[in-house]
Amino acid sequence: MNTANGLPLLLAYAAIVCTLLSGAVSLFAVRRHPGFLHFGSFLFLFLAGAASIAAGGWALLAHLTLTDQLAFGLPWLKWHLRLDPLSGFFLVLLGTLVTAASLYGPSYTREYTHGKAPQPLPPLGVFTATFVLGMQMLLLADDALVFMIFWEIMSLSGYFLVAYQHQHAANRHAAFLYLLLAHVGALVILLSFGVLAAFGGGLTFDQMRATHLAPLWATLAFLFAFLGFGTKAGMVPLHVWLPDAHPVAPSHISALMSGAMLKMGIYGIVRVSYDLIGEVRWEWGLLVLVIGTASALLGVLYALMQHDLKRLLAYHSIENIGIILMGLGMSMIFLGTGHKILGTLGLVAALYHTLNHALFKGLLFLGAGAVLYRTHERDLERMGGLIHRMPVTAFMFLVGSVAISALPPFNGFVSEWLTFQTALQAPALENGVLRTMIPISAALLALTGALAAACFVKAFGIAFLGKPRSRRVAHAREVPIGMQGGMALLAVLCLLLGVFPTSVIMAMAPITQLLVQDSLPSAAAQGWLWLTPISPQVASYSAPLVLIAIVVVFGLGFLLLKRGAVPARRCYPWDCGFGRLTSRMEYTSTAFTQPIRRVFGAVWKVDEAVETTAGAGPIPRVTGIRHHLHVQDWSWLKVYQPIGRLVLAAARRIGFIQTGNIHTYLKYSLATLLLLLWIVSL
Amino acid sequence: MNSQSIAWTLAAAQTLLFILAAPLLAGWVKRVKCHLQNRAAPAVWQPYRDLAKLIKKNLVLAENASWLFRAVPYIVFGATLLAAAAVPLIAVHLPTSAIADVIVLVGFFALARFFTALAALDIGTAFGGMGASREMTVAALAEPAMLMAVFTLAMTAHSTNLSVATETVLQAGLVLRPSFLFALLALLMVAVAECGRIPVDNPATHLELTMLHEAMILEYNGRHLALIEWAAQIKLMIYAVLIIDFFFPWGIASEFSASALSVGVLAVTAKLMLLAMLLVVWETVLAKMRLFRVPQFLGFAFLLALLGMLTNVVLETGG
Repeated sequence: MNTANGLPLLLAYAAIVCTLLSGAVSLFAVRRHPGFLHFGSFLFLFLAGAASIAAGGWALLAHLTLTDQLAFGLPWLKWHLRLDPLSGFFLVLLGTLVTAASLYGPSYTREYTHGKAPQPLPPLGVFTATFVLGMQMLLLADDALVFMIFWEIMSLSGYFLVAYQHQHAANRHAAFLYLLLAHVGALVILLSFGVLAAFGGGLTFDQMRATHLAPLWATLAFLFAFLGFGTKAGMVPLHVWLPDAHPVAPSHISALMSGAMLKMGIYGIVRVSYDLIGEVRWEWGLLVLVIGTASALLGVLYALMQHDLKRLLAYHSIENIGIILMGLGMSMIFLGTGHKILGTLGLVAALYHTLNHALFKGLLFLGAGAVLYRTHERDLERMGGLIHRMPVTAFMFLVGSVAISALPPFNGFVSEWLTFQTALQAPALENGVLRTMIPISAALLALTGALAAACFVKAFGIAFLGKPRSRRVAHAREVPIGMQGGMALLAVLCLLLGVFPTSVIMAMAPITQLLVQDSLPSAAAQGWLWLTPISPQVASYSAPLVLIAIVVVFGLGFLLLKRGAVPARRCYPWDCGFGRLTSRMEYTSTAFTQPIRRVFGAVWKVDEAVETTAGAGPIPRVTGIRHHLHVQDWSWLKVYQPIGRLVLAAARRIGFIQTGNIHTYLKYSLATLLLLLWIVSL
Repeated sequence: MNSQSIAWTLAAAQTLLFILAAPLLAGWVKRVKCHLQNRAAPAVWQPYRDLAKLIKKNLVLAENASWLFRAVPYIVFGATLLAAAAVPLIAVHLPTSAIADVIVLVGFFALARFFTALAALDIGTAFGGMGASREMTVAALAEPAMLMAVFTLAMTAHSTNLSVATETVLQAGLVLRPSFLFALLALLMVAVAECGRIPVDNPATHLELTMLHEAMILEYNGRHLALIEWAAQIKLMIYAVLIIDFFFPWGIASEFSASALSVGVLAVTAKLMLLAMLLVVWETVLAKMRLFRVPQFLGFAFLLALLGMLTNVVLETGG
């Protein structure tokens, strides 16, 4: 390694060392100084995050590709590491979330030491560190061995983090499901690398890049990779682990999981298909587009039915992964049919949304964590009115809600806009089916966006507005400054990425140069003020001017109307003359989504019943009403349960060979040995 | 003055004209409707009087209204104003239409709706929740149909920029495109739903079972209500002008000369008056439908838009 130009890589190593130190501090120092963990461990984590941002940002902006070999691992295979713009981009994403989580963590984890049910902190600190380490290293990996080792470290640490509060049976169940699917996924990824390595003649990514695969084998490698990485990313129908696992982890870990870990799946798909296989095909794009559309729509529809705030957010991760996959799918379709600029546009849209989702979902999970921290409540039906008690948290959560609902001028809108622009270029394609498919999925994306807005009106409106629905919520207080800082960092980034999209896209040019040898030259043709992805005639958007206009209109309206006006009088809201309103009369989360439940009824398995108790006496009257509602995911009932039953049935069938007698097992060994000898001698 | 600053001045003037003329359109609709239904009609400028009166009134707020409740009218008005700035009213090629294309326009409406629904939930009355819930459901169904219709046009024009799209239609002359016919029908139906008109919503009622938009803003009064009402009037006009721009743009000024601009003003006034009369006839002959019939109505709009898209893909781009 050339040290003069290798500084970004050294910074990345520094980040890794800081992560390790963070784990070590929580492991060794905590016994004597329990307070030390709050600062030492999170301080190192903060440094690791900052160093990751610096290393990744440097490699990305300076368009550097640095390689290095470390003398670990197998005798004949050193660890190959490489920092290029793509891994740099994901390092920045990871670093930002780690930084925010490290600001947020010290106060949040205090609950585990000071709360009613104390939890030991060392495991949390150690597994957080190994979790982050796994992600950092797999981004730097340049051979399949290192990649798989750290992929597994990331997945396993995730298991321990999900199972952190293992006293609850539901958490153990969620963790097991997570572990199961993580391993099925890892196995399939291994198969993909197997195909690539077999033709490449070695495990290093360089060898894989250098070989040109036959279409059939390339497709096979892609399918395995898509399946494996898609499981981690949470695409439908491999998503079932996600809504169980994310909510039960500590909130700053949920933010890391949803914001960063899912993105490792996206990284894997991009790395394998664009970089290692090299030539993407439009057929793959079609598959990715269809799965992406399904994930986006089903994700948001399932999210709408949730009233557990963190579970709702977890379902939204599925939706957003779907949107990212839609961008990727269209990019593959365009690249596979020879439209390079349009393929680049799709890729930029997908990567932009990847970054955006990391930021706003991280923010929202931290916000949900703040509510949980003060009220010990995850159920929307018991919240309400928190905007008065926790104004800063409410504001941050509102920023996240607006961003995720794809509303201008925040960042979610920009990436969805880019995805729409990509879709609108469909007439460039020769194939009539593709030309129809893409606009239809764009319309479904519009539906997804509108439903997401409905869902976040519900989430924010029920949790933060109105009147408190329970006593603990009524007495909540604002969270400590550190937690506010973590949220504020992400909220500011959400706004900046929404207002300066042109600069962000220009900064992402090295990635597309690396992957498809092209960039969007016309995106900044009119200067940083205007975003013109294809050409100014086709489409333009000026986020800074929109922001300025909103501020000016707001200010003017305020000045003109407010000046000299009598201060507002406060009085009771209108109650139809029935007496004072109580929180029991408010619309609930379940009530809010009732029309949607009825319109899209077939999507869920809905058990809804109303039981009334008749009062005694000759006059018919109702003394009690019970509303029962149970909404279930079809994929669980129709896919996973049958598979589970099948596996159990097969196990029972095969079970008869297990006699428990040592002689039988020896006979089996002998038979196997003979069989193998016979095969070898063939 | 160089051409750049003339263009920006004109754009500002057009936006101002847009928002000032919107109450007039609402007044015209009301007047024609009254005549058609044999009722005594208010003056055309009655909406201006209403707005002025509301602005002068003192505010009364519900006791647990938060800062969000007070900020929402300004956000809604601001977003609607921006949307109005992006739509070509009397001239194409104005620089403000480059700030936002038609997808951003839909985004502005979504922004306004998002915050209106939040404000409805802020007080904690059942009315507000009901309005917010229904409005978001209807919007979720209307938005895909709207975008699908707009995409059909954007694909023909190879642009989502409103100015460029209008110009394309203008230059193509009087050609009958089947896809445009479908898109027009879909867009008309969506406009009816989005602007809260009969048969989806009734702007003149305060009956709890039928309210959508009105239920959300029930707690507003004074200058807040004025801003929201005004924004609703602007929104109606934006949809009308959008339909005019996309399907009947003839007469709109494509250069900045005095004669072309005056022709533009006259043409758009005449077309808006006609379109308003069409709306009035539609609202008079139809009855408000049940809430759960609305999905079918909007599903039909979506189907029409989809047909338009398919016609475009199959018949018009060749292949």
